Amino acid sequence: MSVRRLDPNQPASFAFTAENAEWARKQIAKYPQGKQASAVIPLLWRAQEQHDGWLPEPAIRHVAEMLGMDYIRALEVATFYTMFNLSPVGEHFVQLCGTTPCWLRGADELKEVCRRHIGPEGKVSADGKFSWMEVECLGACVNAPMVQINADFFEDLDAASLEGVLNNLREGKAVKPGPQNERHASEPAGGLTSLTSVGEPQTGGGN
Amino acid sequence: MLEDKDRIFTNLYGLHDWRLAAARKRGDWDGTAAIVAKGRDWILDEMKKSGLRGRGGAGFPTGLKWSFMPKESDGRPHYLVVNADESEPGTCKDRDILRHDPQKLIEGCLIASFAMGAHACYIYVRGEFIREREQLQAAVDEAYEAGLLGANAAGSGWDFDLYVHHGAGAYICGEETALLESLEGKKGMPRLKPPFPANVGLYGAPTTVNNVESIAVAPTILRRGADWFAGLGRPNNTGTKLFCISGHVNKPCNVEEEMGIPLRELLERHAGGVRGGWDNLLAVIPGGSSVPLLPKAICDDVLMDFDSLKAVQSGLGTAAVIVMDKSTDVIKAIARLSAFYKHESCGQCTPCREGTGWMWRVMERLVSGEAEVESASRRNASARQGRRSRSCRNS
Amino acid sequence: MPKLIVDGIEVEVENGATLLQACEEAGAEIPRFCYHERLSIAGNCRMCLVEVEKSPKPVASCAMPAADGMVVHTKTEQVKRAREGVMEFLLINHPLDCPICDQGGECDLQDQSMAYGVDGSRFHENKRAVEEKYMGPLVKTVMTRCIHCTRCIRFSQEVAGVPELGAIGRGEDMEITTYLEHALTSELSANVVDLCPVGALTFRPFAYTARPWELKKTESIDVMDAVGSNIRVDARGAEVMRILPRLNDDVNEEWISDKTRFVWDGLKTQRLDTPYVRENGRLRAATWDEAFAAIAERLKGVDGKRIAAIAGDLACAESMKALKDLYTSLGSPNIDCRQDGAKLDASHRGAYLFNSTIAGIDEADAILLVGTDPRKEAPIVNARILKRARAGGLKVGVVGPRADLTYEYDYIGAGPQSLKDLGSFGDVLKNASRPMIVVGQGALMRHDGAAVLAEALALAKSVGALLDEWNGFNVLHTAAARVAGLDLGLVPGEGGRDVEGILAGASNGEIEIVHLLGADEFDMNRLGKAFVIYQGTHGDAGAHRADVILPGAAYTEKNATWVNTEGRVQFGRRAIFAPGSAREDWTILRALSGVLGKPLPYDDLAAIRAAMVADAPHFAAGDAVEPVAGMPLLPAGELDAAPFETPVRDFYMTNPIARASAVMAECSAGRAAAARIQAAE
Repeated sequence: MSVRRLDPNQPASFAFTAENAEWARKQIAKYPQGKQASAVIPLLWRAQEQHDGWLPEPAIRHVAEMLGMDYIRALEVATFYTMFNLSPVGEHFVQLCGTTPCWLRGADELKEVCRRHIGPEGKVSADGKFSWMEVECLGACVNAPMVQINADFFEDLDAASLEGVLNNLREGKAVKPGPQNERHASEPAGGLTSLTSVGEPQTGGGN
Repeated sequence: MLEDKDRIFTNLYGLHDWRLAAARKRGDWDGTAAIVAKGRDWILDEMKKSGLRGRGGAGFPTGLKWSFMPKESDGRPHYLVVNADESEPGTCKDRDILRHDPQKLIEGCLIASFAMGAHACYIYVRGEFIREREQLQAAVDEAYEAGLLGANAAGSGWDFDLYVHHGAGAYICGEETALLESLEGKKGMPRLKPPFPANVGLYGAPTTVNNVESIAVAPTILRRGADWFAGLGRPNNTGTKLFCISGHVNKPCNVEEEMGIPLRELLERHAGGVRGGWDNLLAVIPGGSSVPLLPKAICDDVLMDFDSLKAVQSGLGTAAVIVMDKSTDVIKAIARLSAFYKHESCGQCTPCREGTGWMWRVMERLVSGEAEVESASRRNASARQGRRSRSCRNS
Repeated sequence: MPKLIVDGIEVEVENGATLLQACEEAGAEIPRFCYHERLSIAGNCRMCLVEVEKSPKPVASCAMPAADGMVVHTKTEQVKRAREGVMEFLLINHPLDCPICDQGGECDLQDQSMAYGVDGSRFHENKRAVEEKYMGPLVKTVMTRCIHCTRCIRFSQEVAGVPELGAIGRGEDMEITTYLEHALTSELSANVVDLCPVGALTFRPFAYTARPWELKKTESIDVMDAVGSNIRVDARGAEVMRILPRLNDDVNEEWISDKTRFVWDGLKTQRLDTPYVRENGRLRAATWDEAFAAIAERLKGVDGKRIAAIAGDLACAESMKALKDLYTSLGSPNIDCRQDGAKLDASHRGAYLFNSTIAGIDEADAILLVGTDPRKEAPIVNARILKRARAGGLKVGVVGPRADLTYEYDYIGAGPQSLKDLGSFGDVLKNASRPMIVVGQGALMRHDGAAVLAEALALAKSVGALLDEWNGFNVLHTAAARVAGLDLGLVPGEGGRDVEGILAGASNGEIEIVHLLGADEFDMNRLGKAFVIYQGTHGDAGAHRADVILPGAAYTEKNATWVNTEGRVQFGRRAIFAPGSAREDWTILRALSGVLGKPLPYDDLAAIRAAMVADAPHFAAGDAVEPVAGMPLLPAGELDAAPFETPVRDFYMTNPIARASAVMAECSAGRAAAARIQAAE
């Protein structure tokens, strides 16, 4: 990873919306009295969600104050954990897994797709809709290669299917997270090799 | 080969409803109060007898680990912390438990917490598993509504609260003390040991950190009996195990199999075999990226369990099998892992902080042909040095 | 107590000792960068690896508890190789800029690389470059040199109590910084430079001025507050180049305040380096003979009752002894060493000492602070309280200013009335086995100061703080001179005037002549038409008002005795000579006494010190605190309702030397600006 810096352009201030402030209060209540610093990651994460997917400096201070933490300790957390984006990201933020299991199954091809469809890594596209970066193992290795776009995993990708997903997102069309081939989840493609005798598949539960 | 009747994770693939009612039909929460009623000693004993070894990578006997917790509280609370920070490259088994079989984990949390005198448990889910976390939280909410959590949880007489927590992108938090640091709101940097978490863990209180799978299999073991679990697999390597098969196989998948299954059988029965046939196999990383790679010759007949893989200088780790066929530029594959370790080094200890970057740069020059293998092997001597002086699982 | 064998030598160590400590006990030298005995254990540098039998890997000895039966090897080939490996990792990204690095010559990394470095490099990549991080006017950074030992971070959190340093990012990109590169705000901040094992943090004011090996090192005593921090004054030729702490576990451990450390440039500016005499309203440079003649002329025929002398905060014991003897011989009872007007009672040492001792804070389990902000008045004492607080089980209560003391406390009230009703804290004190009551000058330098002192003493007695084995009554002084002054009786004699009386007398003409021995901290206008002799070092308030100036020697320029707030007698040593014709102060007074025909009965340092011992025997004992026998009860008086205030409004500007220091001025301005911003927010 490279040195992670705060963005040079920062908003003047940050405050949680009333709804998020209430949510934050409930989060803090999960932890024992005096241990409210435990909530720092969830709160910073919520701040990032509220702030278009990146974490501005005033939000770090805001969260530190809510939790009675020293600013520097909150800044340490914000810069240590790589899911905190310290600069703006696209509306659809594509995190492409490049670690060995995905690389073995074609992550490099997907990188090409991102470069072609979005632009250079780390730069928000001109229309503000996309940005992408390569990340480390996202934990969906048997559905490699894959990307995470905002909260959702898109798995079992190839160049064509990723292009399809990106195009649909650009055009505001619905996309289906999960495997982009015929698979349902982590089962082997083309027929179960286990769990064949355990009841009939039900469809009502989603995945 | 494992029969379906002996499989624990009957909704591994999410083909059935994950919700509570369906989970109960699959047997979850069946007689939980009765299990608790048998008492702590019985539970610890059964867990020890089952031979279950920790599913997070180190393979430490789970029952023994639970027994390290103080028998009586000295006034401090006890905690169970579930390590759902699944981030060892190649590993994606806990994800399926979180999203498809969450009630097994939740029930396991109650029983394990009871056995350790803990009234509260935190499940630390890796930050990237956003949907999985939402699903888990929904399952927890359902369990609360059904009286399975909270005061007198599941009618067991044990008051028990379960909280879902999450990280935000740091492999190191899979190390149990780094995870505790993170859960306390700090950078995930490993703590010095001793003291061990069972004495001084979360918030300075006695704590046990267990992997998702270790906890989720516990209710079934206790329901079906230690002998059933111990009868599967091989001595000291008992039971069933979730395997993640990725890379150059025809049908990558997760699957629950018996411990000690031959690697080749595992790949061929469930993953459609190696791409291009067994003879096209180059090497396998059998237990997640932190364990040494096995050349094909060893893969031919090695068994997939802790002791068998240790005997060939590798390890079962998380049972994440990364397969590489002969088209693989193995230097590049390793270079990519070097990049991973450099990216994920927390920076605490000198050898890893400085060594992972050096290693990666040398590997990159090897890939591009700018460096000689000789310089890399010199570097590897140094890497071994780093490994010998680290304080966690990185490098 | 575990017994173990280190390199074949059996040692027994305290329970809880680390392997590193056990190795040292056995005489083995263990290299380390991150480990520091006064900080928490980080275990991150991995330099202290040793071999422990039955352990598969080398063990970081700083982080491993010593256990019974361990067999440890520190000199094997395996240990050497392991340390060489760590050293190699430390050096790959460390720049090769030793020739221009201020740490050169006193660098742990440099030293250790002599033992564990290999002669060539196998590292063929580019070295990491790290951007500088601004940390204020005192600490200069060259962060590329940082080896991430985190000592500075731990110090700021654990000792200074101002957690403003941290490591952001991770892995090889981890960087030490303050939040958004704000200047450090702790009064102890520059100790991080001493702790830094490499040249990442250096002294900004000292940058590129000298090499350590060309400095003459003199062990001495600091005078910036009443703690008496042990210091080392490093000089080159006639110039003090820097000041460093010296180890004394009973006083300052190994820390000093930023003022103690960086005041040295104030020693070089605005110095009085020749006598002056006022003629026709203007001061002109004069010879010593002319100055003394002017004084003798003015004193002629003046009744002693119309003469007065005030000793300032930086006066050494010798000069105060001579001052008192001279003016007593002139018949003046109007002598005082309490220029701030503190109503200290000199009749019993127990009533003006920090009786529990600074090290005694480690044992306290309840502390009541009365009219003091120890963080500003004595940062070293405050750090000691923080250390005790961090160890757990300490309760602190405050009556007085509500300041950020770096530790938690119960706020009881603002003024003396709260002493009468401490609320629940009264029980805390009563139930404590080692209670301390600390009275600051802010509680005493007011018209009801004597009543406050009596009240505090009575409180100490009533809560059981005055025991045979524990004296919990403490006065925290701010002036380095004060305790010696009280010990030597620099208080009004029979029918004499105190400072307030002297100034009042000077205003209305009843006092004609006032000798100021480095006394600058009061309103000089109140001296009226009096003839003012100013003896001191700097062209500060007193010198501007003076009719005759006698240039004296600063604390670095004389062999002098100091008594700290505990009553500890310590000896400062001359590091350089005073500038120009300035002289050591007691010799000036001795010379003046001769001109006045009242020669003082001592001609050398040994003789005046013998005279001091005759006055107060404890002056014979260097670096020791003589416990007081019995404690007085003072007559109660009327208490005012006005809130207590700290006497130290600006930490960086408390005396003439500090006010002459450009570095202190920069610190002061920086702090004021930060306070304005904070107020605006």
